[in-house]
Amino acid sequence: MFNIMRKSWWKILCVILLLYTFIGGFLMDVPRLPALSETIRNLYFHVCMWFCMMILFTVSVVYAIRYLRSNKLTDDINSRHFAAVGIVFGVLGYASGIVWMSYTWADPNNTSFQSFGAVAREPKLIGTAIALMIYFAYMVLRDSISDIDKRARITSVYNIFAYALLFPTIWIIPRMLPSLHPGGENGNPALDTKDIDSRMRLVFYPAVIGWTLLGVWITTLKIRFSLLKEKRLLQ
Amino acid sequence: MRTIKYLSALIISLLLTLINHAQTDTAEMADTMRSNGRIYVVVAVVVVILLGLFLYLFRLDKKITRFEKNGS
Repeated sequence: MFNIMRKSWWKILCVILLLYTFIGGFLMDVPRLPALSETIRNLYFHVCMWFCMMILFTVSVVYAIRYLRSNKLTDDINSRHFAAVGIVFGVLGYASGIVWMSYTWADPNNTSFQSFGAVAREPKLIGTAIALMIYFAYMVLRDSISDIDKRARITSVYNIFAYALLFPTIWIIPRMLPSLHPGGENGNPALDTKDIDSRMRLVFYPAVIGWTLLGVWITTLKIRFSLLKEKRLLQ
Repeated sequence: MRTIKYLSALIISLLLTLINHAQTDTAEMADTMRSNGRIYVVVAVVVVILLGLFLYLFRLDKKITRFEKNGS
């Protein structure tokens, strides 16, 4: 029992933090803002998806660089799965954003067509779409090369380029253009302690850690599963 | 400092309500949900779903561990 606790303490931490996120996220006090109202609580869910995606992509590129230095195939497998789960979280962030957007940004006084015009011009939407497309291409590229070593080397290099493109597409360009998202041209609202309300930070930071741990947990399961599959193929 | 922040937030929200004729109070929140306690039902449901998902993940984890130990 003690051994299990020592090895999987972070999984238990993940459970505790996410339970806190859901309970505190629904019940604790939030600022009363017009247009947002109670949907401001989506910060604990929608925004955390993107944070989790960024962290998983970062881990992925670290493993890609490690593969290029060590040539160990396990590094490549790790890199692949971290990118894959990162994509899943990115898609979840997109999907949750669609729901949130349609209740806050879409202007009820306008026709839906006009609202769509305003929303589709949103630089963060376009930027993240490009970033996710680049990672989709990473997956397609992987599956199109049958030679294992060649695939690992080419896709590791591609992974570095994909990660480099995250900088302009989701961190720089959306912050230079007018945006419906908070922050816009004035930098990073989620991490700026002067911007985000202190009551919300109480839940937001644990939520980011909890969601990230969940992403890592799912990734490790996928990695272990694919290692088992590789072993079976070798036998 | 904090009071200034709250005061300015209050003033801004009051100004916004002047622009927004539709809203008489500040922002509309789920106050009725909270006053009659129904919000706890939502929280309970979400927690049940979350616990179920965690249980599933833990079982999956254990299953994979067993496979790893058996070497098959």
